[in-house]
Amino acid sequence: MSKYTLTINQKKQTVDVDSGTPLLWVLRDSLNLTGTKYGCGEGICGSCVVHIDGKAERSCILDVEDVVGNSITTIEGLADKPDHPIFKTWIELEVMQCGYCQPGQIMTLATLLEQNPKPSRKEIDDAMNEVLCRCGTYQRIRKAVAKLVEEK
Amino acid sequence: MKKLNEIKRREFIKVVGLSGGGLFLASYVPLQNVLAKPGDDPKIFTPSVFLKIDSNGVVTIIVHRSEMGQGVKTALPMLIAEELEVDWKNILLEQADADRKYGSQTTGGSTSIRRNWEPLRIAGATARIMLITAAANKWNAAIENCEAEKGFVINKLNNEKLSYGDLVEDASKLPVPKDVKLKDPKDFKLIGKRVHRVDTPDKIYGKAIFGIDVVIPGMLYAAVKRCPTINGKVLNFDGTIAKSVTGVSEVVQISSGVAVVANSTWRAFNGRDKLTIACVAGPNVAKSSEDIHKELVNKSKTDGFVFEKKGDVSKSIEDEELVESIYEVPFLAHAPMEPMNCVAKFEEGKAELWAPTQNPQNARSEVAKALGISENDVTVHVTLMGGGFGRRLVSDFAVEAAEISRASGKPVKLTWTREEDMKFGWYRPPSMHVLKGSIDKKNNPIKFSHHVIAPSITQMRFAPNLPPQNYDIQEGTVGLEYQIPNMRIAGTTIKTNVPISWLRSVYNTQNPFAIESFIDEMAYSANKDPYGFRRDLLPDDSRLKNVLNVAAQKSGWKTEKNLPKGKGRGIALFKGYDSFCAQVAEVTVKNNKVKVDRVVTVIDCGIVVNPDLVESQMEGSIAFALSAALKGEITIEGGAVKQSNFDDYEILTYNEMPVVEFHYIKNTYSVGGVGEVGVPPCAPAVCNAIFAATGKRIRKLPIRLS
Repeated sequence: MSKYTLTINQKKQTVDVDSGTPLLWVLRDSLNLTGTKYGCGEGICGSCVVHIDGKAERSCILDVEDVVGNSITTIEGLADKPDHPIFKTWIELEVMQCGYCQPGQIMTLATLLEQNPKPSRKEIDDAMNEVLCRCGTYQRIRKAVAKLVEEK
Repeated sequence: MKKLNEIKRREFIKVVGLSGGGLFLASYVPLQNVLAKPGDDPKIFTPSVFLKIDSNGVVTIIVHRSEMGQGVKTALPMLIAEELEVDWKNILLEQADADRKYGSQTTGGSTSIRRNWEPLRIAGATARIMLITAAANKWNAAIENCEAEKGFVINKLNNEKLSYGDLVEDASKLPVPKDVKLKDPKDFKLIGKRVHRVDTPDKIYGKAIFGIDVVIPGMLYAAVKRCPTINGKVLNFDGTIAKSVTGVSEVVQISSGVAVVANSTWRAFNGRDKLTIACVAGPNVAKSSEDIHKELVNKSKTDGFVFEKKGDVSKSIEDEELVESIYEVPFLAHAPMEPMNCVAKFEEGKAELWAPTQNPQNARSEVAKALGISENDVTVHVTLMGGGFGRRLVSDFAVEAAEISRASGKPVKLTWTREEDMKFGWYRPPSMHVLKGSIDKKNNPIKFSHHVIAPSITQMRFAPNLPPQNYDIQEGTVGLEYQIPNMRIAGTTIKTNVPISWLRSVYNTQNPFAIESFIDEMAYSANKDPYGFRRDLLPDDSRLKNVLNVAAQKSGWKTEKNLPKGKGRGIALFKGYDSFCAQVAEVTVKNNKVKVDRVVTVIDCGIVVNPDLVESQMEGSIAFALSAALKGEITIEGGAVKQSNFDDYEILTYNEMPVVEFHYIKNTYSVGGVGEVGVPPCAPAVCNAIFAATGKRIRKLPIRLS
């Protein structure tokens, strides 16, 4: 067991966990930041996407010791700005159904639009294709992304 | 599923005075699974409570069905609010605990709106009339001159106003009116509108609490190691190494395996991986999907029990052209994004659970049974859930959590890994379908027979001696609207020890795939357009025919010759859950790969409560059906499920989602279900489109062209 100081949503937090503990479980169990979801544990589904220094990463396959010193943002951090255009569009178009994968969808899209406000169709497809949704909200995600890109 | 006999139900509404001066409006819906207590005094009769209004005017609506993404938390309160005349934005919502007083809470079978359409509106209307009566009495005015609006009663003659809160006490002393008049659909203010979902903001901000997010004081975390083969039993185990894992506090045996309790999920998983268990393999250890396939084949050569018959399909007719095909589908897993989990606290002989369940009352009774305690000593709080699709109708995860809490003496959160979720599910049963038909010399279909062979969920789990006329496998085979003079519909069940259960639209995932594909085959044999062929076989006044016509029109249905090479268009239809659906799919086939480009879906579900929710259910149904058609297959090897995660049990991805064009029929028929009706026509529409594109008929799912 070791102590790690992490920068999460611009706040320093110290956690006492085993090395090799995935960031996902540190967020969920140690810090009660449960907006980041467990879906597959293998980096396949994307429900656990967080931002590491502004880049979308899967927290279920990131060891805690590898993110010390990095800036970590979770969905709760993004939601500090509840009027973020993504949230507004998500509500306006009623994108979500069960909502479980949506933090992963939103975090993935947020970095994409941050890095490139006018991504091409292929860039959008490549990024969003990596996040699974069992309810089938893909069409509405597509419409929401199109709207966001258009309004940029 | 075969419907139980429809019983005309009476709703009893009564007012229970509360110590706090609150008006409690309660509806009691006697259902078959509710034990009526005819001898009880009505005063201690425990009716269900769907709504309460306090003296501050706060209206609280209790949602007794489970929110799993389909939108009941929005749609059910709309029914009450519509009749109650209350400002939608000022309503509080409460999720009901498991309790038989609500009637059925089973969130399955597309029943939430259908079965509550009347009771909830009656609950709202009764409260409104009592509040109006209370105000009229106060003003000494005629009831006809008073009306309710946005939480107030208004005297139309002098515009005097009283809030609902002010009327609570008086209203609660009034007798409960019988036979309240419900609104004429043309007067609906909320119903029929695209009302925003109530659960969106919290879910997208990451604030919503799903089952897996629940934390209670003193809670530890648990994981279970199970025997690798289905129905395997633990012979003995060694928890020494597991216990040495940091943070692991307990290793306990439960009915389904051995549980490790630790101070974090990750440590519980690690401890579980270090457990050594010895198992007695289940009776199915040598069984594989291939064995099940062979059994289906063997039984396909029998005649089957006849569910429905018309004319005589065995008599040969001069110059008839026979068509015959065999269809087959595999086991499927539900694979909701949120793996199974549950929080349980067992203390002083009582169990309290926080469960992401579609079946709260079943979770309650199963936990009571497993722990040997009374149902009254089990509380089940229903959480949000990351998808259900039928998987959470089974209460295995709740029982496990309760057993672990009792054995360890600690409140625990049990979390299944994705691998466990995939390998220890309750699968959609496989099936085989023998279809035979014939076309006469005038190109008219004259015979149609269907023999379905599949394991029966009801027979395997609930009624080993299920009489054949009650076989659940007939769902979707009988009551076809196609007017063909000679028809024979039959079925045969096989046994399997692989756990099977209801998956979104159940046997309607299988039978309509075979039927609607085969009808297509018959159309081509008759040299007829697949749309026109279906249309001509349906009665004129049929709602099914109407959705078919609208789908053809909206999709621009033409023959495949009008599409570029490699593209095709297919059509299929389905009726069920008191709704009607037709879909037209367009596909591109290139290098033996299928891309579904577009699906036009037309639904007639009677009165639409919230078009946006219906539309999202249609989009979701199509995505769900495409996952099964293009990818889904659970295989059994050596008595165990082979697949383990989303890499070997793939689901549809963003890039594979077709453009879905949604249309609904506006009418005032009674409400139909919408959660499942969009699933059945999708796979056959896609397979029919593949045939149009390539001339290759798909008779086995998932679709494999190479």
